[in-house]
Amino acid sequence: MSAPTLIAPAADTAPPRRRGRGRAAGVTGAFWLFVGPFLVGLVIFVYIPIVWSLVLSFSRAQNTVTPGDWIGLQNYLDLLRPGPFLDSLITFTIFAAFIVPLTFALSLGLALLLNGVRIMRAFFRSVYFLPTACSYVVASLVWKLSIFNGVRFGLANTILGWFGVDNIAWLATTSPPWYWLVIVTVRLWLQIGFYMILFLAGLQRISPELYEAAAVDGAKNAWQTFRYITFPQLRATSVAVLLLLLINAYQAFDEFFNLLGNSSFARPPLVYLYYTAQGNQDFGHGTAGAVILALLIMIVTLAQGRIFGFGKAE
Amino acid sequence: MTGQSFDRRRFLRGLGLGAAAIGGSQLLAACGGGSSGLSGSQGGGASSGASGSKPALNVWYHQYGEAGTQQAVMRYAKEYPNASVKVQWTPGDYTSKLNAGLLSTSGPDVFESGVNIDQVKSGQVVALDDIIAEAKSDYPAADIKSSTVDGKIYQVKMVDDMGVLYYRKSILDKAGVKPPTTIDELIAASKALTTKDQKGLFIGNDAGVTPSFGGGSLLGPVLYTVGSDYLTADNKPGFTSAAVKQSFAKMRELFVSNSILLGAPTDWWDPSSFTQGLAAMQWCGLWAMPGIQKALKDDFGVVAWPQFSSSVGKPSTFLGGWGAMVSAKSANVDAAKAYIKWLWIDNTKDQEDFNLSYGFHIPPRKSLAAQASKLQSGPAADALKIFNDHAVPGNPAWTPKMNNAYADAATAIVRKGGDIDANLAKAEKVVNAELTRLFG
Repeated sequence: MSAPTLIAPAADTAPPRRRGRGRAAGVTGAFWLFVGPFLVGLVIFVYIPIVWSLVLSFSRAQNTVTPGDWIGLQNYLDLLRPGPFLDSLITFTIFAAFIVPLTFALSLGLALLLNGVRIMRAFFRSVYFLPTACSYVVASLVWKLSIFNGVRFGLANTILGWFGVDNIAWLATTSPPWYWLVIVTVRLWLQIGFYMILFLAGLQRISPELYEAAAVDGAKNAWQTFRYITFPQLRATSVAVLLLLLINAYQAFDEFFNLLGNSSFARPPLVYLYYTAQGNQDFGHGTAGAVILALLIMIVTLAQGRIFGFGKAE
Repeated sequence: MTGQSFDRRRFLRGLGLGAAAIGGSQLLAACGGGSSGLSGSQGGGASSGASGSKPALNVWYHQYGEAGTQQAVMRYAKEYPNASVKVQWTPGDYTSKLNAGLLSTSGPDVFESGVNIDQVKSGQVVALDDIIAEAKSDYPAADIKSSTVDGKIYQVKMVDDMGVLYYRKSILDKAGVKPPTTIDELIAASKALTTKDQKGLFIGNDAGVTPSFGGGSLLGPVLYTVGSDYLTADNKPGFTSAAVKQSFAKMRELFVSNSILLGAPTDWWDPSSFTQGLAAMQWCGLWAMPGIQKALKDDFGVVAWPQFSSSVGKPSTFLGGWGAMVSAKSANVDAAKAYIKWLWIDNTKDQEDFNLSYGFHIPPRKSLAAQASKLQSGPAADALKIFNDHAVPGNPAWTPKMNNAYADAATAIVRKGGDIDANLAKAEKVVNAELTRLFG
């Protein structure tokens, strides 16, 4: 595959000449200048490891990352039997069922509120976006050590203490499963701002004429405008947000790892695979699980793209 | 490849989707984590000591909690005349980093760990019989046992660790409670010592059964207390007897008694919860004793993990600690062995310093432990006696995979109230499959 075939058809009809084609060649050069480093990084750090994992997943790889001891689909069959990996997929499903609609609704709500604000809009926008810049690890530690620690001087317990409620060990209590509260709130805090910005951008692209026309046609209240104008107009944004949220939920790792460690009662797939590969040094099963997960994400992404038309022009 | 197939927009969209699937929004928002976990000081490398110069050795440690330990190992490294030794001190998840390091040529030459049968079988570590031969009889039999696979020794113990049950004398006296000698007494004491702001017992935020970040402190003792072990002497699962099931039922009883401390700022291996009065008793390591002495003077005592009942089982503790090992991928295996022999076998002065000047550990060489003045009186002497009488060595054939399966069962039983028989049977299946893989 020679480079020019990837580029605009104009470039490959004839060898570039001095003047007439100079512009096209310059554009091609600029294209590779900007895309090249990113592409190289993506190939080395993403695509090669993916292919390597794929190869390794058909091999028995205990304490080695060199494929060779071929065992066909055995690793896949082991994982797809009832066991911790399938349990972890169930954990993920529960988690996604909580987090996806909640983040979606809250970030959309925030964006609508913010869009209606007339003063200090930039300030509010920054304030809500800021948590996105915080690392999951740091946020998890803050949640674990100061807000939801289990002793009397944790923030949550201090406040409950004012009302005479006993200390609650938030992360250790399994009935009721308070740890979900910690996990879900930390992720909401970290994520909402980012999706709010996406929605805000979408909202600002809706033409005001539509609202005027709706008012003329007799759209009575805010709910009707939202239901028939705003929400349909946000379709492209909503689809993108849903997709990102779902992928993100599949990839949940940091807060579970830092807050709950290797707990069988709430262990998403990536945490299980991390302990399989890094802890047990069982890279065969680890990579097979990663491939299954990648396939799942791909199927969901493609299905969603099919149904809602992700990335299509409107 | 004719025309039309590929245009720039589609190409970029493909890349973007790929990036979104991999990095999610974190990548798009161009921020997020970003801590690499590596200390960056890899330069100098382990390979090819230029002719005439001393070989270079990379030596990896996990982070010991006690102040001064890092400076100590740096000093030992500097004192060594025959190689230029570079110390890598690793806070956080040392095991994962070490596992990755052992797969690559830029990993450690010498590292601390414990012996694991898969590392031996896959040829990642080097046997050390030749350097330990002369001194072998000066090591406790338990140490030799936990260092040996198929008759060969793969580590030189640097420190021996053990757990003890610390208790506050004054608080127990006030409540009229005696240091527990059976599990029932332990549960009763834990309940009796619980007040509004103080729990009776601290065994870890994971209730002692979930092995991450150093947790799972009681996965062994819950078996030892009834006289069982992870694996039997002939390498069969040792955790499925009726006695073990009773022991798990008691652990569950302890968990739901609302008398154990959970959600503390630090975990069982750190004495802060005990010294700050969050718990009246704590299962913790001997390593924490200097800190406890400093905080509580002589208002504390130690006992072993209690036996199950007056007629069943025996008191116990774990034999832990760290051993120095050599990576088979090292370019300087002989120099690495020579360094271990110099520091952890011959150099008794530094061994005593490392074991007893910072936290308390038991110097692995028996001759050294017997004469160490700090272990001769008070609770430290009680601990040494518990160690000599009751410490249970680890078994290198107990793989991390077995441990994870067993710990999943323990977590489900103790923390979730899961069915004891069903969960242990699930773990037994995994362990049996592993044993078949290892021994046929």
